[in-house]
Parts: sequence; C-alpha cells; structure tokens
Amino acid sequence: MAFEILVNGASHRVETDPETSLLSVLRNQLGLTGSKYGCGEGQCGACAVLIDGRAVRSCITPVKHAAGRHVTTIEGLARNGKLHPVQQGFLDADALQCGYCTPGMVMSAVALLAKDPHPTDAAIRRGMEGNVCRCGTYPRIVAAVRMASKGAAR
Amino acid sequence: MTLEPERYELREAPAYDFPLDRREFFKTLGGGLLIVALISPSDAQESGRRGGAGGLGAPKEIAAWIHVGEDGVITANTGKVEVGQNIRTSLSQAVAEELRIPVSSVRLVMGDTALTPYDMGTFGSLTTPQMAPQIHKASAAARQALIALAAKQWSADPATLTASDGRVIAPGGRSIGYGELTKGRKLVETVDGAGIAAPKDWKVCGQSIPKVDGRAFVTGAHQYVSDLHPAGMLFGKVLRPAGYGGKLASFDGSKAAAMPGVKVVRDGDFAGVTAPSQEAAERALEALKAEWKVDPQPSDRELFGYLKENASESRPSTLEGAVDQALAEAPVKLRRTYEIAYIAHTPLEPRAAVAEWSDGKLTAWIGTQRPFGVRSELAEAFHLPEDRIRVIMPDTGSGYGGKHTGEAAIEAARLAREAGQPVKVVWTRAEEFTWAYARPAGVIEIASGATKEGAIVAWDFHNYNSGAAGIDSLYTIPNQRVQFHPTKSPLRQGSYRALASTANHFARESHIDELAHEVGLDPLEFRLKNLSNPRLRAVFEAAANKFSWNKRKPTAGHGFGIAGGFEKAGYIAMAVEIAIERGQVRVVRVVSAFDCGAVVNPVHLNSQVEGAVVMGLGGALFEALKFENGRVTNASLSEYQVPRFSDTPELETVLIDRKDQPSVGAGECPIVGLAPAIANAIYSATGQRLRSMPLVPNGLPKVVSQR
Ligand code: FES
Ligand code: FES
Repeated sequence: MAFEILVNGASHRVETDPETSLLSVLRNQLGLTGSKYGCGEGQCGACAVLIDGRAVRSCITPVKHAAGRHVTTIEGLARNGKLHPVQQGFLDADALQCGYCTPGMVMSAVALLAKDPHPTDAAIRRGMEGNVCRCGTYPRIVAAVRMASKGAAR
Repeated sequence: MTLEPERYELREAPAYDFPLDRREFFKTLGGGLLIVALISPSDAQESGRRGGAGGLGAPKEIAAWIHVGEDGVITANTGKVEVGQNIRTSLSQAVAEELRIPVSSVRLVMGDTALTPYDMGTFGSLTTPQMAPQIHKASAAARQALIALAAKQWSADPATLTASDGRVIAPGGRSIGYGELTKGRKLVETVDGAGIAAPKDWKVCGQSIPKVDGRAFVTGAHQYVSDLHPAGMLFGKVLRPAGYGGKLASFDGSKAAAMPGVKVVRDGDFAGVTAPSQEAAERALEALKAEWKVDPQPSDRELFGYLKENASESRPSTLEGAVDQALAEAPVKLRRTYEIAYIAHTPLEPRAAVAEWSDGKLTAWIGTQRPFGVRSELAEAFHLPEDRIRVIMPDTGSGYGGKHTGEAAIEAARLAREAGQPVKVVWTRAEEFTWAYARPAGVIEIASGATKEGAIVAWDFHNYNSGAAGIDSLYTIPNQRVQFHPTKSPLRQGSYRALASTANHFARESHIDELAHEVGLDPLEFRLKNLSNPRLRAVFEAAANKFSWNKRKPTAGHGFGIAGGFEKAGYIAMAVEIAIERGQVRVVRVVSAFDCGAVVNPVHLNSQVEGAVVMGLGGALFEALKFENGRVTNASLSEYQVPRFSDTPELETVLIDRKDQPSVGAGECPIVGLAPAIANAIYSATGQRLRSMPLVPNGLPKVVSQR
C-alpha cells in the first residue's frame, strides 16, 4: 500500500505494508537513522518520535497511524543549524556517554516540555521513565532537561 | 645521544622494517610529520600482544601515531575504540595538551584495522593508564620536533622557542604554523618520551571538556553500525537454534527461497536469509522450516548446585599462614555462602554488523571492543589471511565488556558471500539476551575468624565460576586461603564491566559486615581496624565523611551500609542509604569516593562513576537471566528490567584527584562497591541478611526479622 507521510515538514510517499513499523520506514526507507532500535517492544524509548507533537514509540507504531500526520524526528529539531534548546541542554549538561539513547531522550523531553514547560526534577523523571539509558546518565539527563526548560524561558 | 628503549627496539627488532612502511603511511596520510609511539617490550608482554600486524602493514610494536599534516591538520591514530566511555575526548585532550592546540582541532582515528595500529582491545580499563601516556609521548615529541624545525629554519636556539595554538613562536613574536613547518616534507620520528606535561601542569587535561563530537549525537547524525546502508545492501537474518548447542537436524528453506528477492543460506548448523527489506527478511526467516536437536540442560533453579558439583581441580591463588588452625582457634567464627546470578549486558545498541566482499577481500563494520580480535575471528571462520580483511568500528552504542566478539560480523559476512552484495545483520533484543554472553554466575563460600577485639585472623575464600578478578582482599589477615574454582557454565559467559570483581566484592564486603556485627563493632571502624592500605582507607574515610556516617542514625524504615575495595588500580568506597517502602527496597542516596590517580576529565569521570553506580543497581537489586533447557526465558526488556530514572538515587561523588599518581581507568572500579553496600544497608534497616545477587528481584523477602 502507498502512504503519504509528512516528516520534518517534507512530504514522502512510501510503498509498504500498513503494519510496517514507523521506525522501519523512517530508518530503512527514508534514511532517517537518528531514531534508534533498542528493543522493538515499546520498553526503551530509543525510537521515540513526535506525531503531531506527541511522543510515540515508533517501533510499535504501524506506519498507517502516521499517514497524513506530522512526524518529527531528531533530524528535524534543529532550525537553520541552530540546535533546539533540548539538544543544546544535552550538550551543555554533557548528558551523553555512548549517545545511543540520546535521540529518543531528546524527543521525549521535547514532548514533555511542550506539555509542562517548567517541570520539577520529579516531573522530569516521571515523564522520562519510559526511556532507558544503559550508560546510566540519568542524573545528567535530568539536568539537561532542566537547563532546556530554563533556556526556553529566557 | 642516548638510546631510549623505544628507539633501541626500533633499530634492533629484526621483524621491524619501518622504512618499508613509510611510503604506505604517507600514501594515506599525505606529507608532513609523523611521530610513532612504540610499545615498550614489557608493556607488550603484559598485554599479551601477539601476531597480527596493524593497519597499513605497520608492525605490532606501534601503539599509536600522530601526524601533523602540511595543511596543519593533526591526526592521532589508535586502535582503541569509543563505546561511550568518552576516550575520544580524553585522548584528544592528551594530544591538545602536548601539542598546544585546541581540542577541537584534533582528529582521532580509532579502531580501524586498516588505518590504526594493532590493539588487543578496549577493555580492562587500560586506555587511560596505557594508551593515554603513549599519545602524550607522541604528541610531546611532535611538539619538540616542530620546535626543532622552526629553530633550524630561523637559526634560533630551540630553548627560546615556544609552541602555542598550533604555531611555534619566537621571543620577538615571530611565529610559524605547524603545517607550514612540515610543508613538502615526509618526516618520521619515533618518540623519545621527554617533556610530557606533569599532571600538576595540565592545562587541557584535568578539564571538563565536553564530548568532542557531541553535536553529531544530539542531532542524530552520528552513524552507528546499525545505521549504515551501503549501496545495494541487503538485510540479513539468522535462524537461531531451539537451545544452546543445538544441531540442525532437518531443514527446508524452499518456501522462503521462493519469496521475491530472498536468498536462503544453509551451511552446516548455520542457516539464514537475505532480503531487500527488513520486513521481507523477517518473513523469510519465519518461513524457514527446521528441526533442532538440543541436549537437555540445567535451569536457573538448579544453577548454584550445578556450579559446585561440576567444579574442576584448582589451586589456591593465595595461601598464607595456617588457615585451618587459625579458623579452628578463632574466638569468633563465621561461615557463609553467597550467590550471584547471571546477568546480561543489555547494551542499548544490540550487536550489529555490515559485511561486504569485493575481489575476495572482506570489509566488516561492527560494534566491537576488539576490532583486531574480530579480524582474527573472521580470518579463522573464512580461512582467509588477515590482510584480506578490514574491520571498521564506528563509535558504538556501548559495550560494558559485552562486545568483545564478532558474531554479527561472521553472520553478515557469510550471508554477504552468498548474496554477492553487502549485508547488514542487526540482532533483535531477544537475540541479544539469548545469544550474547552473560556475566558469569557464581557461588562464593567464606569461612572467617576474628578475635573478640575485632582483628581478622583467618580467611578462607572459595569462588565457584565467577572468576578471579578482585578475589584478593586488601585487609591485613595473617592466615588466608583464596581459591577460584572453574566449573561448567550452563550459559555462554564472558567479560563484563569489572568482571568477577563485583561478585567477589559482594561476598567479601557483605561478610566483613557480618563479622563486624559478630564482634560488635561499627562496620566502618571494623574495616579501618583491619586495613592498612592508605589509599583504600582514604576513600572509606572520604565517603563516610561526606555521608556523615558517624553523625547520623537511620530513621525508621531506613538503613545505612558501607563497602569498598580495589579494582583496576582504582580505589572505591560507597556509603548508601536505603528505604523500605511497602516491602520494596529503594536506594535513596549513594555517596561514592573514588581515587583513580590524576583526574583527566572531571565531568566524564563523574559520568563514568554515576554510570557504573546506575548499572550496578540492576545487578544488585533485580537483574537475573532466567533459563531452561538452553533457552533464556526472560529475553525481553519487559521481563528483564534494567535501571530507569525512578531507580536512580541521589548520587554524590567525591573524586580524589591524586596529581601525584598516574591516571588509571575509571569505567569499572566504581561498580564493585555498590551491591555489598546495599546489602549491608538492607541489614541495617531490617535485620535481614541477603546473600544472593540480585538481592530483591521480587521485593524484600518476607522473613521474620532476625534482629
Ligand atoms: S525500540 Fe522502540 S521502545 Fe525500544
Ligand atoms: S548514553 Fe549510552 S545508552 Fe544512554
């Protein structure tokens, strides 16, 4: 089947089974490999992207659910070379070790801050609970999101 | 001129013929100045280097090289790899420090068997103590050589010249760029080791330089192996046996082979498919019909008995005094058994590889801690000489000691040979849990004796299967027997962050706590009474101070625990507070004091310590592989939980910056103190002594309080 999806502002036509995961379409058909496979079962958040501004786990989202909607991936966050405040926060807080969880963390944080622009640390931890960092960078990730929320307020 | 050992080695080693390689070097690198750091013979022996030349046909005695190009670009080449420990940053700092350039202008080429010197692998926390000094040496030598070139050009005294920001500067302000100095030249020098900055004079090292290529990671631009997609690439899947050691009894691939674009490969017990899309490959895999012959195997419920029953002959590694007599005569005696389950590394990026054949040569991209080791594996598997194989390791989605091997590369290469096109194999999370290797499980038995005053007099320590790392204690005990008993392992097992040191510290530091309570001493006081090593004492005292160990008492439902030790030349102590909440254990606060010599990058060191603590929480509290008949039965992230945000306690780290001590690696040591500190804290809160890791996989066991 053919689907029209809007990814990072550009429209794409993809020819695939409607049950194919959005993650696979992004990575293998559109070459957007920033979203990662970590578990394929909705448990780690490495594949998080935004659909109409809401964070979803693209590994368990069939592509048909994204048809005709706005998908934002990590590649679409920076504007004209300027990093999104959350991306900048991750750099400033040095909130990455191997970096494999980072795109999913950033996307989840963007969605979190859209709902709650000034979260407490406890709210950040709660909001990010579905994302795993095996390198154990959690304290710095909380700091990164906190910095991003402050930066956005300026 | 005196001959330094390295230079002597260069001139004398018969296998070594550097001028022949020189053209090769420069063909790839372009003209300029090349500084080669050689491994001293003793280092070479220690790290067990053998066979296998490095990239560009370079001899294996080379540790690293630095190239200053005619364009001023400075490139350092090392066989070490980046898996999230941020050595790309710390090694760049070393180059920048000595060559007096900004960190951002260093190019580091890592882990590519065609481009970098041979390296055993990135493990054992060896990069900082062994590779960093080589890079320092080579970079310092490069600076000296550049100053010498400028001195010659200007007929000046080199002692009057300085280097700064990529230029050599004369007293009057006259200056020349590094690139200009090397223009039109092809200079090769080996290092003479002089003039390395002492840690106390560091300007770039010792600073919290952010991850050098951080931007590529936060934008999703960095390409991990699983992200690669060379032209014409196919997706590969491998048929897995019904259990460990399974033999393929019957196989029918005809249905899959009939699918469009699908190729089926069967070669002995190996079977797999390739297809133009991931989904088509998955469907083809499902269409394979196979029967496996699998021998009956023990389950996790029989594990600890099995390990003891199958122990093979061994000898004590430490035997001092009269252990049996001292045990019999000691006024305070204790005999306890501790258990440690198998756990999985669970790197967030599962094993992945891309393989491509061309003209009988194989190129494999793989996430591994041992690119040169994987090259040997491929050479063996395909009966190829190593010089026909190139292994490339892009910075990878973590390893923790779990990515020493090259399974995915072998699988991708076998499929690619059949397909005649490049093939990518990415393991699923379930494959990762089932077919990767685990951290060894173990049984540890300790018998000990102490005086009524609290001096430990006898120590009899037996470890079944976990391994010998960290098996020896730093406590001063006159009568000791320490023995590792190898045995049969039901699961495939291998390296893991800190190896067996975690298991050995768990047993030892839990037991020490038990002994302290037996003799009626505070656990910290008891430890200090039996410890003379000043660096270990110092971290215990630092952790206790920061924690206010002696100034506070736990409130109801809370408990305090302390533990510490020594691993990979680093010293760690941890003081922990836990809370019992509705039958669950919550770790509230962890104070770590860590001494790993001179600190190279405080922020990244902090991340390594915190990362080790967070990772350690899983193994301490709830992680365990379940298995039956050669299959892992909890092979998913929903069934095998790993630490999350909500598990993370308040973390405080005291870094003891020993400018007078060499820097040592930090990725492993901090994990060893956590589990016993938590177990000791649980005892302090509840009076329950838990002796099996994980401690509370299903919450606190319901036992009548022993206190
Ligand atoms: S890969 Fe989607 S949640 Fe783990
Ligand atoms: S930085 Fe490695 S998984 Fe998060």
